[in-house]
Amino acid sequence: MAVIERELTQPAQHPERESPSHHESGHLPPEYRDHHQSVRIFGFWLFLATDMLLFACLFATYLVLKTHTDGGPAARDLFDVPGFSAETLILLTSSFTGGLATLAMRRGHQKQVLGWLVATMALGLCFLGLEVKEFATDVSAGATMQRSAFLSAFFTLVGTHGAHVSYGILWMFMVLLQVARRGITAVTARKVFIVNLYWHFLDVVWVFIFTVVYLFGVVM
Amino acid sequence: MLEALRNFADTYLMWHEGPLIWGSDALILLTVIGIVAVLTYFKKWGWLWREWLTTVDHKKIGIMYMIAALLMLFRGGVDAELMRTQLAFPGNHFLDAEHYNQIFTTHGTIMILFMAMPFIFALFNIVVPLQIGARDVAFPFLNAVSFWLFFFGALLFNISFVFGGSPDAGWVSYPPLSELEFDPGPGENYYLLGIQISGIGSIATGINFLATILKMRAPGMTLMRMPLFTWSVLAASIMIIFAFPALTVALALLLLDRIAGTHFFTMLHGGNPTMFVNLFWIWGHPEVYIVVLPAFGAFSEIVATFSRKRIFGYGSMVSSLMLISIISYFVWVHHFFTMGAGPDVNTFFAIASMAVAIPTGVKVFNWLFTMFQGRIRLSLPMLWAIAFVPCFAIGGATGVMLAVAPADYQYHNSYFLIAHFHQTLIGGVVFGMLAGMYYWWPKMFGFKLDERLGRWAFWFFNAGFYVCFMPQYALGFMGMQRRMYVYPADLGWGPLNLVSTIGAYLMGIGFLFIVAQVVYSIRHGERDLTGDPWDGRTLEWSLPSPVPHYNFAAIPTVTDRDMWWVLKNEGRTEDLQPKSADLKPIHMPKNSGAPFLIGVSFFVAGFGFVFNWWLPAVAGLCGVAACLAWRSFQYDDEYSVPVEEVMATEISLGRL
Repeated sequence: MAVIERELTQPAQHPERESPSHHESGHLPPEYRDHHQSVRIFGFWLFLATDMLLFACLFATYLVLKTHTDGGPAARDLFDVPGFSAETLILLTSSFTGGLATLAMRRGHQKQVLGWLVATMALGLCFLGLEVKEFATDVSAGATMQRSAFLSAFFTLVGTHGAHVSYGILWMFMVLLQVARRGITAVTARKVFIVNLYWHFLDVVWVFIFTVVYLFGVVM
Repeated sequence: MLEALRNFADTYLMWHEGPLIWGSDALILLTVIGIVAVLTYFKKWGWLWREWLTTVDHKKIGIMYMIAALLMLFRGGVDAELMRTQLAFPGNHFLDAEHYNQIFTTHGTIMILFMAMPFIFALFNIVVPLQIGARDVAFPFLNAVSFWLFFFGALLFNISFVFGGSPDAGWVSYPPLSELEFDPGPGENYYLLGIQISGIGSIATGINFLATILKMRAPGMTLMRMPLFTWSVLAASIMIIFAFPALTVALALLLLDRIAGTHFFTMLHGGNPTMFVNLFWIWGHPEVYIVVLPAFGAFSEIVATFSRKRIFGYGSMVSSLMLISIISYFVWVHHFFTMGAGPDVNTFFAIASMAVAIPTGVKVFNWLFTMFQGRIRLSLPMLWAIAFVPCFAIGGATGVMLAVAPADYQYHNSYFLIAHFHQTLIGGVVFGMLAGMYYWWPKMFGFKLDERLGRWAFWFFNAGFYVCFMPQYALGFMGMQRRMYVYPADLGWGPLNLVSTIGAYLMGIGFLFIVAQVVYSIRHGERDLTGDPWDGRTLEWSLPSPVPHYNFAAIPTVTDRDMWWVLKNEGRTEDLQPKSADLKPIHMPKNSGAPFLIGVSFFVAGFGFVFNWWLPAVAGLCGVAACLAWRSFQYDDEYSVPVEEVMATEISLGRL
């Protein structure tokens, strides 16, 4: 069945995708070659859909409540442009390094995969550090999540993203250990691919947070 | 010391509340002792662990879902009987107001989330892989995780009754009533965490079955050759994926309000309670279609089988399923027309709500046309399917009445509404799940449920249903509102309420007949030796009953819709018999204790959060993380069933 599906879903020849590691089993990237693994990737896309909707609900809540400041600090008073710009740059870069890890995995370069994963995690930690610092500054200025509905929504939306990033770093670390121990196999290839899919997704969510929360908050 | 104990008993065990609690404590204690004693005496602990608690077999998981659903139907049913007893007479004080609030809250929550959901998941699990020619679902380990999250979520919700107090803000739990300020105590936390935990499992089930149906079908099983039950599961899974995240967020934010002091839905500091109402019903309305579409799917299978005809209008059945699943996202505001969203918004949602009747009507007519000129057998599944049609038609018609926004200002939250949604949920979901249970029972257990006792159950339940709910439409018009626990005699509601209560007891008797029927049939039920007791049409009936753990010795190649029926008519049933030359070793997932432990960890964490006890909360979450990490490093999670074993099994079943 797996073979049939591959034939149906993949065009016969892709000269530009030819690379040494692709010769032995058709034209699929390594993470898709095993049917089991490709089903798991599909399942993960479905999970990302649910996670996206979760964020969509949090965004909706934020948009409804963002003017409900109850006389407390508003977006304009809180958001620190250099701070959130740095967070954005760092996270976007980490998405790039994560992408390089996937590419290295497809070329079969185990050491490069490990290197790029470490870089991605390091950038992720920097992002988290900046976010914690931002939150700590807000809280010490009296802008706690108990202060107003706006702040409840702000901390919950951005904090949920931050929790996702923290979880992603832990997960990436476990994938790193497995790639280091086992090299690039059908299973580890899929794991590297999925954890980066997750990481890119968090990046996309952040682009919306950057726009809807921070930019609109400062400008409007 | 004694004082501390008494204090504990009064605060957490609520022993000051009287005999209802004492009785429940005694019953629970006796049940636990009984179960432990039986398992120990018959040395069955190992069996329980190996065969059930650690299983990843979709058929066993389905059976566990069904047992849980029937138990919860009992619990929710007892709640219903208590409520009806309280309402039987004007000025009655069988229950006090506080208990009445708790009981209608747990009744609604349990019936929707811990009865209807596991019942549909039971059928998803038991039927779908067999219908599409698969050996298991796409993610068997995740499937077990889903079950244990449901199980421990339901357990957490249910123990609230004897430990700390039940939730009492209604099954919808609207703030600001459900906020800490107006509803202190652990009850609402139990509600929020119990549903949250089982809801995570439901999302995983949605993902799992969508992936299963799209990626695991046997060769030749194109989408338009899939049995309609599988189509209904596909539609329901899509809806689960798109609806449940909204519930997750609604519950999480309300929990934050209650335990972290935020202001999402409070009356103070800018909170907005209507935001919860919106989020809740963005999930809540699709949810009722999530539970009813699989019932529609079951009816489609049953009506075709027992009319011995191909289903009428297969294409329109599929498109109406998909249409309902799309429209269901554009109707949620009809639950609160009276909130004052304005005429334009209400008009949109009123029209969308009425539009649901169109695809649903298509389905009803298709079932009728399938029966038309068919050779109908009135076996139990078909009886329930036929009873469903008028019941659901009336429920649908009153639904269209409720959808008329201006008129809804009269009906809103009255007993008219109560009668309407019980008619659709009982007439649709409960009838559908019972029909499905009777239909697929032989496939699960290898014997049929007794026909005679089943008919008693059917007539008591059906007659009881109309006696119970028809008077409630009238009571609604007479002004009786939902959730009121006592009413004065001079309003004239007494007689109709008494009739309604009698109906509820008749339904209760019907349920007891089902219990008797199951118990009786375990010994005396007609054995299913052929695997095809109803002269079925789809692939699951080509397998022996009960099905071997690997399902198909050789994966079939599908060439037609109603494949099994076509082969039987052409005398080619041996096409689906395995040939010894074709047998290959079968890869199956290994059992695992981790899903059970994840459930336990979530339970501990949830319990900690309910009481703001941070030690168990953190410990539980660490347990979850540890299980997930362990799973990440688990590579050896499959084993191979050797050809000899498959051959021996198939020979013993007379198929080789």
